[in-house]
Amino acid sequence: MSDPFLQVKDLRVQFPTEDGVVSAVDGVDFAVAKNKVLAIVGESGSGKSVTSQAIMGLINRKTAKVTGEIRLDGEELLTARPEQVRSLRGKRMAMIFQDPLSSLHPFYSIGKQLVEAVNVHQDVSRSAAMQQARDMLDRVGIPNPDRRLKDYPHNLSGGMRQRVMIAMALLNNPELLIADEPTTALDVTVQAQIINLLRDLQREFGTAIILITHDLGVVADMADDVVVMYGGRVVERGSIDDIYYRPEMPYTWGLLGSVPRMDAGRNERLQPIPGQPPSLIRLPKGCVFRPRCAYHELVPGNRCDTERPDLLPVTPEHAVRCHLDPAQRREIAAERLGVATADPAMEDK
Amino acid sequence: MTAVDESNTSVVARRADALLRVEQVQKYFPITGGGLLKRKVGDVKAVESISFDVVPGETLGVVGESGCGKSTAGRTVMKLLDPTGGKIEFEGRDITHLSRKEMVPLRREMQMIFQDPYSSLNPRHTVGSIISAPFKVQGVKPTRGVQAEVQDLMARVGLNPEHYNRYPNEFSGGQRQRIGIARAIALRPKLIVCDEPVSALDVSIQAQVVNLLEDLQDEFRLAYIFIAHDLSVVRHISDRIAVMYLGRIMELAESERIYKAPLHPYTHALTSAVPLPDPRAERSRERILLHGDLPSPINPPSGCVFRTRCPKAQDRCAQEIPVLRELAPGHYGACHFPEERHLI
Repeated sequence: MSDPFLQVKDLRVQFPTEDGVVSAVDGVDFAVAKNKVLAIVGESGSGKSVTSQAIMGLINRKTAKVTGEIRLDGEELLTARPEQVRSLRGKRMAMIFQDPLSSLHPFYSIGKQLVEAVNVHQDVSRSAAMQQARDMLDRVGIPNPDRRLKDYPHNLSGGMRQRVMIAMALLNNPELLIADEPTTALDVTVQAQIINLLRDLQREFGTAIILITHDLGVVADMADDVVVMYGGRVVERGSIDDIYYRPEMPYTWGLLGSVPRMDAGRNERLQPIPGQPPSLIRLPKGCVFRPRCAYHELVPGNRCDTERPDLLPVTPEHAVRCHLDPAQRREIAAERLGVATADPAMEDK
Repeated sequence: MTAVDESNTSVVARRADALLRVEQVQKYFPITGGGLLKRKVGDVKAVESISFDVVPGETLGVVGESGCGKSTAGRTVMKLLDPTGGKIEFEGRDITHLSRKEMVPLRREMQMIFQDPYSSLNPRHTVGSIISAPFKVQGVKPTRGVQAEVQDLMARVGLNPEHYNRYPNEFSGGQRQRIGIARAIALRPKLIVCDEPVSALDVSIQAQVVNLLEDLQDEFRLAYIFIAHDLSVVRHISDRIAVMYLGRIMELAESERIYKAPLHPYTHALTSAVPLPDPRAERSRERILLHGDLPSPINPPSGCVFRTRCPKAQDRCAQEIPVLRELAPGHYGACHFPEERHLI
């Protein structure tokens, strides 16, 4: 693997509140290379969105404590001056959000908003900027781009707005694109169009993409590598095949068992994870997943209650945060995930 | 605006034991012009002549994308909205034109669960009073007293009965959905219309609620109309599935057949668009991309409403509305050129 374009090390984000300190992100490490898609998977409160906001420099440092290291192409962002981060944002890194309506101004035409996005980073004339905007709308598959430039956000359908937002994010050819639940609000047929579009654009520009989602189908479709987050921590990290076919963390098993599969037998009962996600104020002392884990009794000496597990490598790419013995984990995984997700390496041979 | 009523010949075979039977039901919302007179200038044709039935203990899934009319269809068959046309029968009785008051006794038999567990519970009422509301409305006095009955219900749906006096804001999203479910089953209904009941929940919680719904169905022989946009969930829970597009049913068949051997081009596109949580399968899968946007339900395309986005559309599709007809035993489709395809 080439040098990672983005490197996040021991990232921590804490919000002090009246009830105590919320540790939204609690020591997160990962890296993304150019031309790759890294998916960050997790449920509400897992810290996945806060992680992305921290990378983009969107967290108000007056109300939150952010520590660790975020390096974009070698440049440290957390200690950089705000103006410096602002000049990178939109140019070298850009973000698209779940809800395009909240990121498009209802009062200005699409054209005006896109031109502004160009002019923030490029010293070009208005007509040149408008031309760039037009070309980008065309590129993201919006019919009649000339007419659309004059439209306002409310004139467009949800899928079209999402495309406009993607166009806006891509205007300055960012090298890193963070997509936070980019298709969650969309219908499946539109989702398929948007995923296709992101893939085409990546092929063309070689963008590094961080895809934040809870949808394991979208992840399977797009990602090269996956980070699974729970309670603000990375609990498992690996290649897409590691996570889907050789998962070793009980939470990952739980996620995979919770998703109804269109390609499986209908009468298979779902295997949900019992209980609720943890409160980020009073995190358990040992493993964050311990209260919902069915296997903690297999670990001798109550270690899951008392000792925080480290993220330990299984292979150079695959790492797991769990006290269970590796052989034991593999045995349980084989039993839980059954034949449907048996090791594909075996079938390949 | 031609060729609307000719389609009213579509036939879905009548099942003798049907609990709910819906025939050619329409729901239009009038659009009025500006000015003093509020003259009617058109209709939003949210639901256009749909027919289906549900038997006891069965789950009928209704899928489709936003704007396809699935939620309006659910509310109309529940008689929360007055149908513009067609006929709704419940246990053989025509309920199409019953007034709100006449519907009250029937509400014991048919209930609804909503998508948003935050807005469908009154924040100022305790959980106990929310779940016991149906008893009050229907004038039912449980033999062991309301509180004991409600606490039983709470235990049954996986809530702690000691939380009887708590308020909705003290519960998480998944727990609030359980409150909504407890309220819906309080009077032991025969039919529950579930409108996107798990869409707002996290995956792990979603699975808990789906399992609960399945258990309750087995226990009380409930029939569900399960409305959702998530095809994987619908496929998991449904016996039969109706696929809707722009107010019409495009295809209606057993769940297995909708996914394994769909006949309608829209169903092909829909099922092929759902990403599977299986990277190897995804790498080799054929995806049918639809182009363009959903047409307006105010002025739908002539002939087949799907023709403007259909890869197989021909001249006939613009002229003639395809009737929902039986293409294979128990498998209905509304298409002039149906073709079985295997996409999963």
